Amino acid sequence: MQTFETTRELVIGGVSYETRYTKKFERRTPYIAPDPHLVLCVIPGVIRTVAVRKGTRIRSGDPLLVLEAMKMENEVVSGRDGTIRTLCVSPGDTVTKGQILVELD
Amino acid sequence: MDKKVLPGDGVITGTGSIMGYPVCIYAQDFTVAGGSLGLMHARKITKIMDHAIKMGMPIIGINDSGGARIQEGVDSLAGYGEIFYRNTLASGIVPQISVILGPCAGGAVYSPALTDFVFVVENISKMFITGPEVIKTVLGEEISMEDLGGARVHSEISGNAHFCARNELECFHKIKQLFTFIPWNNRKKAERYPAKPPKSKFDIERIVPMDSRKPYDVRNVISALCDNSEFLDVHANWAANIVVGFARIDGETVGIVANQPMVLAGVLDVDSSDKGARFIRFCDAFGIPLITFVDLPGYLPGVDQEHAGVIRHGAKLLYAFSEATVPKITVILRKAYGGGYIAMCSRHLGADFVVAWPTAEIAVMGPEGAANIIFKNEIAGAPDPAEMRRQKVAEYTEKFANPYVAAASGHIDAVISPAATRDFLIHAIQISANKNESRPFRKHGIPPF
Repeated sequence: MQTFETTRELVIGGVSYETRYTKKFERRTPYIAPDPHLVLCVIPGVIRTVAVRKGTRIRSGDPLLVLEAMKMENEVVSGRDGTIRTLCVSPGDTVTKGQILVELD
Repeated sequence: MDKKVLPGDGVITGTGSIMGYPVCIYAQDFTVAGGSLGLMHARKITKIMDHAIKMGMPIIGINDSGGARIQEGVDSLAGYGEIFYRNTLASGIVPQISVILGPCAGGAVYSPALTDFVFVVENISKMFITGPEVIKTVLGEEISMEDLGGARVHSEISGNAHFCARNELECFHKIKQLFTFIPWNNRKKAERYPAKPPKSKFDIERIVPMDSRKPYDVRNVISALCDNSEFLDVHANWAANIVVGFARIDGETVGIVANQPMVLAGVLDVDSSDKGARFIRFCDAFGIPLITFVDLPGYLPGVDQEHAGVIRHGAKLLYAFSEATVPKITVILRKAYGGGYIAMCSRHLGADFVVAWPTAEIAVMGPEGAANIIFKNEIAGAPDPAEMRRQKVAEYTEKFANPYVAAASGHIDAVISPAATRDFLIHAIQISANKNESRPFRKHGIPPF
């Protein structure tokens, strides 16, 4: 019979099982709670226009900037009320998924 | 473009036979306009597909195409659509097999995805919706064709490919091996072969460790029980925590679904549920009896799993097992806890035979977890909580971590020894030959896709 020298531990229901991990399991990333103050880019693209400045007071639903992605000009709006603490991008910037666009107070 | 002569319009179609099995086949020719798909090219494919459906013959598609023939404009898209439509019509009527022997990009990947089995070859096969070039221009991400959609990616990570071969010869050999297990169409039974005993090197008594925390390779259990120890592992390297594939018992083809304790303790998760469900539906569509081997601690805990929709994906397995009306035989080898027990073709999902080995533990959860909940107050209030927990775990194990409680309730039919398992399976398959289970008419069910 085969031996399993490279086994790892997996705890399920309080019991630790000797087993191997799959590549996918090994590559899983720990969960990070989203920070409501950060507006993140959800799709890679290019910033076309920016509608706010540092210190601008905004309400939930106000447009922040226009992101061109997948041949579409997407309006990025604020999900909450607040003030712009930092504007991290300017028109013409190429942005990737997950990149911080705007920080709110 | 209209003055250019394209021999055969870049695709060869025809009929033939593989070891006596009739097949319809088409092969795209990359040397003719990059194997690109135009309307005539597509119509040749749909013609042979229509023929296959009408004649009840399996269809093999050899894919090697640069994608849509852009010069033909929307006509080439029409061609793709007509192929997809027929893939769907043929699904469950005749087996459909795709062999990827070159690049397969854009629309070209969807016909294979609609077929039953996809074969890829290392260093040759590439499949993707958008290639590295597009990804680079749009996203600025650089990746090679191989890393994006090579044979290993699809057979290990994405699950798009069912079989991966090292070279074309091995690939063709595997296709022939698959053909020995599957029927020509859904009205015919799979060919019966002369029964052969399992190879003696697989000793059924010595594979599964008593300690339920210890791993083993469940494929050894399969080899110890099936004819000639021959098992065709489908999706061998993807979601390896479940094993699915074809074998024969007493000369009859069976589909096997088994938890694999060697990988991730054999848990069910998003991918393994998908893998199991898809295979079960193939077997049910083509009248292949299902044998399920159970040894799992439950579902994989984790934020990634929950957010990836393990509820929705896990439900596919419940749906597929419940929907299947082929003979369903379940053997509980060791652990069968909670939701995992129900999902793995339990009596409650319509299994025709459920047996357990004496090592089986059929319970709502593992002894540790159960004792912690049931005896929470006793443990917390004891002068020595750790000692009390040990006692209560032992008590629970003694009372519930066995197959006899479930047997007493009729949830399992018998407790049998490992050595008696093959004879039991032969008996079960033989007496299930005329199983006829009808359901109320419906257009179709709505599986949790």
